[in-house]
Amino acid sequence: MSKEPVAVVGIGQTKHVAARRDVSIAGLVREAAQRALDDAELTWADIDAVVIGKAPDFFEGVMMPELYLADALGAVGKPMLRVHTAGSVGGSTALVAANLVAARVHGTVLTLAFEKQSESNAMWGLSLPIPFQQPLLAGAGGFFAPHVRAYMRRTGAPDTVGSLVAYKDRRNALKNPYAHLHEHDITLEKVQASPMLWDPIRYSETCPSSDGACAMVLTGRAGAARAPRPAAWMLGGAMRSEPTLFAGKDAVSPQAGKDCAADVYRQAGIADPRRDIDAVEMYVPFSWYEPMWLENLGFADEGEGWKLTESGVTELDGDLPVNMSGGVLSTNPIGASGMIRFAEAALQVRGQAGEHQVDGARKVLGHAYGGGSQFFSMWLVGSEPPDA
Amino acid sequence: MPEVLKAPLVVEFPFTRSLGPVQSAFLTGLRERVVLGVRTRDGRTLVPPVEYDPVTAEEIRDLVEVAPTGTVTTWAWNHEPRRGQPLSSPFAWVLVRLDGADTALLHVLDAPGPDAVRTGMRVRVRWAEDRVGAITDIACFEPYDGDPAQPTGHSGEFEAPVTGIVAPARLDYTYSPGRAQTAYINALADRRAVGERCPSCRKVYVPPRGACPTCGVATSEQVEVGPAGTVTTFCIVNIKAKNLDIEVPYVYAHIALDGADLALHGRIGGIPYDQVRMGLRVEPVWTEGGRYPDHYRPTGEPDADYEIYKELL
Repeated sequence: MSKEPVAVVGIGQTKHVAARRDVSIAGLVREAAQRALDDAELTWADIDAVVIGKAPDFFEGVMMPELYLADALGAVGKPMLRVHTAGSVGGSTALVAANLVAARVHGTVLTLAFEKQSESNAMWGLSLPIPFQQPLLAGAGGFFAPHVRAYMRRTGAPDTVGSLVAYKDRRNALKNPYAHLHEHDITLEKVQASPMLWDPIRYSETCPSSDGACAMVLTGRAGAARAPRPAAWMLGGAMRSEPTLFAGKDAVSPQAGKDCAADVYRQAGIADPRRDIDAVEMYVPFSWYEPMWLENLGFADEGEGWKLTESGVTELDGDLPVNMSGGVLSTNPIGASGMIRFAEAALQVRGQAGEHQVDGARKVLGHAYGGGSQFFSMWLVGSEPPDA
Repeated sequence: MPEVLKAPLVVEFPFTRSLGPVQSAFLTGLRERVVLGVRTRDGRTLVPPVEYDPVTAEEIRDLVEVAPTGTVTTWAWNHEPRRGQPLSSPFAWVLVRLDGADTALLHVLDAPGPDAVRTGMRVRVRWAEDRVGAITDIACFEPYDGDPAQPTGHSGEFEAPVTGIVAPARLDYTYSPGRAQTAYINALADRRAVGERCPSCRKVYVPPRGACPTCGVATSEQVEVGPAGTVTTFCIVNIKAKNLDIEVPYVYAHIALDGADLALHGRIGGIPYDQVRMGLRVEPVWTEGGRYPDHYRPTGEPDADYEIYKELL
């Protein structure tokens, strides 16, 4: 028996900001979920199951969100599941929800991811004082910066490429009312003049710390037929994992990322991602990860990703727009960041992305990664349902 | 086999929580000696209040005052109160349905012993002397044989409402790094770096993990590596980390010790930060009593060729 095609019929986000002191965590997730229901013109009673994801427990001190948030998300009397995969969790949460629909376990599933970084401290959560261990010698940026240098050495990319990504994403964010950073006076010169934090990563090339939530309503063919607005159809979805550190790990272009993308393309019948995919929402917490992931995801040959960025291909009006929403560089409620990528990909193929809409976007990739480049989750969504 | 190391690990953090409108009113009310619940559309009164109806999922904002007297619906005796619990002498955990409420509130009852507690007994709030807008503003419940108290009909609107709380979390662990890392740490005490080789893929892990993460087999063959190594990649840290007392800028590097198949992390010194490069040959510098090398400094050898270390970034 074939799988049920999965459709995204509702999307909701909060306006992402540095601190949402006016709402509890329950109030925050409710806001995104209600907007997703409103978009789908459904009520709580129409939802058959809820799948929730959030950042690692120590980041925020909420150990059992599924317990605390069941009533806020209308999950009483229904199955509620929680997914853990570090920073990629928003993506893998959406995929778990999608698989419940694809397997015809549930008809309509609400999936949601969130984080309130203002009430927590991710850096503390990542640097617990483990006895006998040498303390980490740098923050999160310090963990990733050596990999960026390795990429530059491997490819010969000019050192301006990172600033081009940051300048592009921050300008894209100005067209997205839900984005956290709205830097109206941004210039390339300002990005390049910002302080070098973890050389080669500048302040303006790092992501902010945000409060926010993102929700989607997923359903099958019958639900999509009843939906008031166009659906986004899942054409392929996959997850892959590998150890954070192991002998032979390629931190610049991890094998798990390549395998995950290849699986998605196989499911979706994508022969040439550069030609067949119209736009990408990828998880870029530090600007240089755009050219790195362009290669890892097969949009450019090894060593060539930075050329797409440098030549403007990834601009909003380019041939392969990347992070039309402003990306993680403009909005980073960590637990939700992966789902925002997935949701933004869906918004594009539904033609509902507003000012940051890519004209004629028919197939868009959503990508998330997490841990020390350890977990990968991706989906490809399209404006037309998959071939039966 | 030498004894495996163990040490206490305390994880604690003062998480903050924004309360939102309903919890804000509830906790501010306690500060003012007013207990508030919420009324659902079908007329139930929920205490403690919630933001969303657990039956219909509707948003609820209709605050209603209930009495500070009520009835125990069930209980459990606590023989040995622990750190941070509301009373220091033995007490009863109780669920109390306050007069006017349809649900029960979890709190504690000050009673001389379990024989003095029963389901159905009448109790009242004992207010804390200093109240700040927290559940601990109710010090505890106490036995009560008077008439039900009458709520004042408070609106739930307060001057200077409490909008956030600090929710400190603390976890006490006994941490053990395990056999393989214990051996590694013990060797470091003699300033030697000893890893383990995977019997299957032959890769040498430093520090060792006791198992190969790619082959999934136990490792036991010990291999001494270093002391010198190669800087495979690095970054220059320009911002001070909170928990580290190191002058910036400094170089944080991945260092592949000679004979190891995975780089470890260290600080580079003994050379201006802007002269550090990939391929630089370095050796450890120890300080008296240090558990790890304080930093690594150039050996003066020619730089390693990129082809040799490019798989070890």
